[in-house]
Amino acid sequence: MQSTFFKKYRYSLVLLRELVITEFKLRYQGSVLGYLWSVLRPLFLFVILYFVFVYFLKIGEGVPHWPVALLLGIVLWNFFSEVTNNGVTSIVQRGDVIRKINFPKYVIILAGSVSALINLGINLLVIGVFMIINGVDIHWTSLWAPLFILEIFVFALGLSFILSAVFVRLRDINYIWEIIMQGLFYASAVIYPIAMVIERSPQLAQALLLNPVAQSIQDVRHLLISDANPTLYTLSGGNLLIAALPVVFVIGVLIFGAWFFRKRSPHFAEEV
Amino acid sequence: MVLQETVTSFCGGGVMDTQTNETVISVKKVSKNFLLPHEKNTSIKSTVVNIFKKKNRSVETQHALKNISFDIKKGEFFGILGRNGSGKSTLLKILAEIYQPTNGSIDIKGKLVPFIELGVGFNPELTGRENVYLNGALLGFSKKEVDARYDDIVEFAELEEFMDQKLKNYSSGMQVRLAFSVATRAEADILLIDEVLAVGDADFQRKCFDYFKSLKKSGKTVIFVTHDMGAVREYCDRAILIDNGVISLEGKSDRVADEYLKLFNDSKSKHQQASDNRWGDGRVVIEKFSLTAKETIKLDVTVRANDEDIDDYVLGYRFYDSEERLVMGGNTLNASNSSRLSLEAGKSQRLIFTIPHILGTGTYTLATTIRSGPSVCDNWDGMADVKVSKSEGYYPIIAPAEMEIK
Repeated sequence: MQSTFFKKYRYSLVLLRELVITEFKLRYQGSVLGYLWSVLRPLFLFVILYFVFVYFLKIGEGVPHWPVALLLGIVLWNFFSEVTNNGVTSIVQRGDVIRKINFPKYVIILAGSVSALINLGINLLVIGVFMIINGVDIHWTSLWAPLFILEIFVFALGLSFILSAVFVRLRDINYIWEIIMQGLFYASAVIYPIAMVIERSPQLAQALLLNPVAQSIQDVRHLLISDANPTLYTLSGGNLLIAALPVVFVIGVLIFGAWFFRKRSPHFAEEV
Repeated sequence: MVLQETVTSFCGGGVMDTQTNETVISVKKVSKNFLLPHEKNTSIKSTVVNIFKKKNRSVETQHALKNISFDIKKGEFFGILGRNGSGKSTLLKILAEIYQPTNGSIDIKGKLVPFIELGVGFNPELTGRENVYLNGALLGFSKKEVDARYDDIVEFAELEEFMDQKLKNYSSGMQVRLAFSVATRAEADILLIDEVLAVGDADFQRKCFDYFKSLKKSGKTVIFVTHDMGAVREYCDRAILIDNGVISLEGKSDRVADEYLKLFNDSKSKHQQASDNRWGDGRVVIEKFSLTAKETIKLDVTVRANDEDIDDYVLGYRFYDSEERLVMGGNTLNASNSSRLSLEAGKSQRLIFTIPHILGTGTYTLATTIRSGPSVCDNWDGMADVKVSKSEGYYPIIAPAEMEIK
């Protein structure tokens, strides 16, 4: 019993490794600058947003190291959007293989998110360089940051499980998700500091931070760049119960997503 | 007209030693239904519309498999035969655990490797080398395991110079060779092989056959799906014939292969009217005939001229195999006693041909043509069938040599 379990697990790992490598190789196929684009893309977006929001609209003036925090927010948001947007269509895109061989389908979702995670790692290195240039003080508490990055990862993974399984039957979900993501982008305090919302209504800021993406981006900013970036925990006045809400939600999404995906996956071969 | 020689199964011999009574695959009362909605709800709009119009949600159930049961023993070469659309592919996908059965269960003991199709996951944008690792991973090989087999794989595929080229620059034959080469390294107790023999050139096919022979020797259990009855007769111990979702015959591969071919002949005669397989101006016609095939093939034909004197006619005979390929033939001109044949109006003439019996195992169809001058008097296709089962194996033509031993 234990050995068959191990064999199954081993197959998934072998497959996961090879799919991640393939995805990485194919990502910038045929482009001259290749992998460099995974750094250049957020960098150019940052330059544009910097000019529009920081230089002209003067947003985030009072927040220390705001440009670095802005870049960090964009990079984390891009990671979340990459995992979920690719996740939606990933099962259908692999339909060809699914119809011909039986393998654990969750590996497809996992491979997509892991390759995005590698991409995020490269981007975080660039941010590290920016932090040093900007003279950001680095504290021991920064070591907690990966925990919140993990939270975004888990949330995106759970959502991908649900979205990809739904997409097999209902293709509209792709467009619906696109719209949700656009709304979520502006609601997640990526391009403006949350302090701007607090000025108007602390309750609204607190409500916005119940969204796990906004909350975790804020926490990473708080830990890595400056504690002038308030988090849900500080905003709620140290109320652990409120601070734990998004985390509980994320875990709930992952559990439901995994259950739903597992239930639907035996039928993928017939339906894609 | 059916030749019954003593049937000696070519497949027997060595295999029996490795075969045991242990059942490795047990298919119990398996049914598979597909629900085919007439209007598929793939957008919210149609879903919403159909929620309000409940009567519109007609779903057709397609019964692809109906209550199928069979067992496969360890070390057996098991053939699954059936026409296109018979449910054969569905059964295969259920065995490979790609589809879930609607009812019933499947019990598989050991590791099963499905070759439903070769080169699963092949990506044209990757190089040959990268595709070997990707395809290998789908077959369950870790990078280390592929590393160890890599040189063998490349050598077997004969693609040494091409491994760093992108797959999209490969010819289809090269792709198949590479895919097959990876697949043959799979270490499994049970192999599911679907129509892989149909691809590649003669040289490659010989390699495939060698591989199957080695599988047979090593006592692997093989489930084999093909339309090549020669291969079925040569390799399979037992077979099932699937027709319309049910098993219409289970038994020795020779018998099932014959039944499979009959399926085509039956449906052919149904579709083909008498006028289609017999035509001509009718000046000379075949009145009656008989065909026997023992040590030699004896064709006894009575020919009659109808309304006019015919002073020069030729009669030809042809034998076609089950795939309608012309196998052999002859006519009154190249026969031993050849002479100008003539017939007075209303008279008959009997022609007896003794033809050397060189046909190998299979079902053959006789056709004759009577010709006078430039016009065809009586052309008769599908006149009679000859069923041959010989011990020599699956050669289409048996050509015994004069052998000298020095």
